[in-house]
Amino acid sequence: MGDCLRLCTAASCRSRGALALLENSDRPVKQVGCLGPCSEGPLAAMGDQLLSLQPAENESLGPTLEAALAKSREISAEEPFLKLQRRLVLARCGVVDPGCIHDALSQGAYQQLQAVLAADDPSAVIETVRRSGLRGRGGAGYPTGLKWATVAAMPGAHKVVVCNADEGDPGAFMDRTLMEGDPHTLLEGMAIAAFAVGAQQGYIYVRAEYPLAIERLRTAIAAAETHGWLGTAISGSRISFAIELRVGAGAYVCGEETALIHSIEGRRGVPRPRPPYPAEHGVFGLPTLINNVETFGNIPALLHLGVEAYGEGTKVFSLTGHVQRSGVLEVPMGTPLRTIVETMSGGAPPGRSIKAVQTGGPSGGCVPASALDTPVDYDSLKALGTIMGSGGMVVLDDTTNMVDLAAFFIAFSREESCGKCIPCRSGTVQLEMLLRKLLERRGNAADLSQLESLCHTVADASLCGLGQSAPKPVLSTLRHFRSDYLELLQLAEVAR
Amino acid sequence: MSVCTLRINERDVAVPTGTTLLEAARQASIPIPTLCFLEGLSAVAACRLCLVEVSGADGREEPRLLAACVTTATEGMRVQTHTPRLQEIRRTVVELLFTEGNHVCAICVANGHCELQNMAVEVGMDHSRLPYRFPDRRVDLSHAQFGLDHNRCILCTRCVRVCDEVEGAHVWDVGWRGEHCQIISGLGEPWGAVEACTHCGKCVDVCPTGALFHKADTNEEKHGHPERLQALVHARTHQEWSP
Repeated sequence: MGDCLRLCTAASCRSRGALALLENSDRPVKQVGCLGPCSEGPLAAMGDQLLSLQPAENESLGPTLEAALAKSREISAEEPFLKLQRRLVLARCGVVDPGCIHDALSQGAYQQLQAVLAADDPSAVIETVRRSGLRGRGGAGYPTGLKWATVAAMPGAHKVVVCNADEGDPGAFMDRTLMEGDPHTLLEGMAIAAFAVGAQQGYIYVRAEYPLAIERLRTAIAAAETHGWLGTAISGSRISFAIELRVGAGAYVCGEETALIHSIEGRRGVPRPRPPYPAEHGVFGLPTLINNVETFGNIPALLHLGVEAYGEGTKVFSLTGHVQRSGVLEVPMGTPLRTIVETMSGGAPPGRSIKAVQTGGPSGGCVPASALDTPVDYDSLKALGTIMGSGGMVVLDDTTNMVDLAAFFIAFSREESCGKCIPCRSGTVQLEMLLRKLLERRGNAADLSQLESLCHTVADASLCGLGQSAPKPVLSTLRHFRSDYLELLQLAEVAR
Repeated sequence: MSVCTLRINERDVAVPTGTTLLEAARQASIPIPTLCFLEGLSAVAACRLCLVEVSGADGREEPRLLAACVTTATEGMRVQTHTPRLQEIRRTVVELLFTEGNHVCAICVANGHCELQNMAVEVGMDHSRLPYRFPDRRVDLSHAQFGLDHNRCILCTRCVRVCDEVEGAHVWDVGWRGEHCQIISGLGEPWGAVEACTHCGKCVDVCPTGALFHKADTNEEKHGHPERLQALVHARTHQEWSP
């Protein structure tokens, strides 16, 4: 199947009619996951050649695959969007058929797991992860090696590994890309983690809004069990590790680890104070390792390359908003933001300029255009008042009102607050009321200072990460785009 | 029993290991305000009034805000309970509680004996700096003896916990989420229709406001009775009845 035509049938290209093309085709086609520049979709590939099947404006797609291919446009491998990427986590995404374990095995899936089991030295695995400096890709950036070592050191014969696949930030779809495009890399990463920390049971907590990812994970888990890569006596060793899929019910807060644990246990998904941390008291009271999809996805590549060749590693971003080319890209850690949003994505639409880049979703903030030379890494972004986040990157051009943007994210947090603690439950409502007042040109200077002080109270007093970071989009826009707020105050003054 | 020494508001306090900061402070007669906390029930750290500034724990010098009801005292901890930052948080929290419900003290069964009202006095809330939201909330009078007025509920979940942990009936729980949260009986049925209810009245005894009340009570007539719960828990824990 080497030079067979590969057609992306993951969520984005599917929504652009990829499946209809598949039905109208006689030639052998391999269905694959995301090929990268989603805005050019539907996408197909043949060998190293990437083809955009997107019809020209005012034309329609297809109707047959042959017709679409005849009008296809090649996207050169020299384009910065492709050339500047370093695909470690997504190496097999867009290459293998995610529904076929044989295809994944032929491309090297589960080889690192086999090597690790053969070496039979859990502490060496943890040491490799620690030395690599890998940090959690879910947003907070906690050192992965340290987390693994903590769980490994916990007493008890029963431990749990949980994959947080409740990717809920608006504009974030990196984890979905991996689960839809190459689920075996995730399963392999989890199995290696389970071996390292001594866990027998695994859970993938995936949001219900990802039906295709759920379907492909189910297929992959069943196939891995059939082929002896999951279940009892993995690959002939003494190690057992089973993975159960848990589907969320639509609550964003269940991405918070303690709420996620409650939800897995079948309880109401609300956070609880930490300590005790999940490493000590997690799912059903057992020591639990929780990592995000992309973190586990890094493990096979890290072990394959070794710490030196792995280097600083990579970060997968889902790029959306006011850019010419959007989609999923994996870049070396420390790539300047400008390279991503200007060089790789082609910058803002013609005649407009980039005003800011929003990272980290409702828990993050905005990077102003003046700071685009900031490298994307955990500490540089934190210094700017935002966070790396899970990888959602929304580019905003000069037509955007930043107060509007802040109100959008506060409305999101208000909707998704679980309601357990009062600062988040009621504070987000009051914050949105204040922002609406400003936007409706009814605000005054006192409202602005009240907005600021309430932001600090909600951030300081809320129980979990959702509430503590909910005011960040407001604080960050106040810091970098205060003029947008002051302009609304002036307009209100004129209206009076 | 091992002991640890910590410093609360420039005062050295020695407590047995495992004591929470709230217990430690109360033993030293340092008041820390609470609403959702009730001795005898599990602590949930939801009302955030007992937040204190803690430094010197786990080698961290920068003060962190931690809920005193769930934080265990450790050796060398330094705790501040009434800094301006904490006082601002407490006042805002009480304002948020008042503005999210419909709390009209003058016509309330709990007027004069209400923990929320007392808390407003304690934190110096003479008015709310935030606008009232006047939500549309219901009253459930389907139970023969008791009533539930959602307008006065602050979602402290004491009723949920006492019914689950002490009475073992689990009549109450929280339904919906965020601003739409409300206490529900059974599977969202009227209270009077929930067969699991034993009519014990423990939920009414522990409710800090006038949300849960005896139907016979009128203005200012409701008194909370958390001491009844505490006597029961003491009797069960120590196998000794000393009310």
